[in-house]
Amino acid sequence: MKYRTPLAKARGLGAARSGTTRWWMERVTAAALIPLSYWLVKLVDLSATTPYAETRDWLAAPVNTVGVIAFVAAAFYHAALGLRVVIEDYVDREGSKIVLIWLVNLGAALLSLIALLAVFRTLQTG
Amino acid sequence: MNAPHPRPLSPHLQVYRLPLTAVLSITHRITGVLLSAGLLSVVCLLSALAAGPEAYASAQAIAGSGGMRFLSWAFIYALFFHLCHGIRHLIWDAGQGFEAGTLNRYAWIELTASVLLTLAVFVLSSRDSL
Ligand code: HEM
Ligand code: HEM
Repeated sequence: MKYRTPLAKARGLGAARSGTTRWWMERVTAAALIPLSYWLVKLVDLSATTPYAETRDWLAAPVNTVGVIAFVAAAFYHAALGLRVVIEDYVDREGSKIVLIWLVNLGAALLSLIALLAVFRTLQTG
Repeated sequence: MNAPHPRPLSPHLQVYRLPLTAVLSITHRITGVLLSAGLLSVVCLLSALAAGPEAYASAQAIAGSGGMRFLSWAFIYALFFHLCHGIRHLIWDAGQGFEAGTLNRYAWIELTASVLLTLAVFVLSSRDSL
């Protein structure tokens, strides 16, 4: 005899609870990245065409400081959420899945911190 | 979760010739993963910039080599492809654009737009006006 109702069993298991937040944040960061991609393209371009001092001055202009920082934050957040979906789709074993997702999340958090610190350190040398 | 019994397998991806829309869909996923890897180089560039003129110059020497120039353009094209198809995802998520005719037309618009955007960056960059 089972006394638990189907609802009680389903509670807390559904993707509908926390899953929608991630799904939604993936769309929010995607929308943010449409304009923010400009700073990615510009950074890549500068790295090929422009020497140190000018690049530093470019980064020090407030619009570019904010643009680069916002890009870094949105891109790593979006990438972590996106890679999580990919891992969930292809990695079958529960253990490996959890470890990989944690590695991705930690990596994204650390790398975005490193990048943000680099931006601030660059501004201090101006 | 490991399924206790063999599950029916479908669709058999190997026996279909994939329609354009399916190719774009998997390419969106692949570019998403490659772009994520590319973010590592962005972190490196910013760190080298923070480390000073010499460090940045040596990072630039590598970024400016033929192979890395090629990779940078591939990266930018991947970004624009992912962006264009991503916009379509956002339109889909808003519940629009599912009609069969629209699907194929959008697929071509998307491909053209991503090539044009890459070319635009190329032209603007070579005129120093990006
Ligand atoms: C450097 C920047 C970016 C990185 C590293 C990145 C990475 C990723 C990754 C890894 C995924 C998961 C792929 C999948 O589940 O199939 C993804 C999905 C997605 N990306 Fe991006 N992306 C970037 C920029 C953008 C931009 C500019 C847009 C613009 C709209 C965008 C829109 C999307 C959307 C809508 C999805 C969800 C697709 C789905 O549900 O299958 N991304 N991205
Ligand atoms: C494609 C692979 C990479 C190449 C060819 C490369 C190349 C370089 C070069 C030439 C420098 C300047 C070193 C100097 O003269 O001081 C540098 C600096 C740096 N890179 Fe990378 N890098 C790569 C990947 C990465 C990655 C994945 C990271 C970490 C996410 C990273 C983090 C750093 C940091 C933190 C610095 C600053 C070092 C300092 O403080 O002097 N690099 N890189």
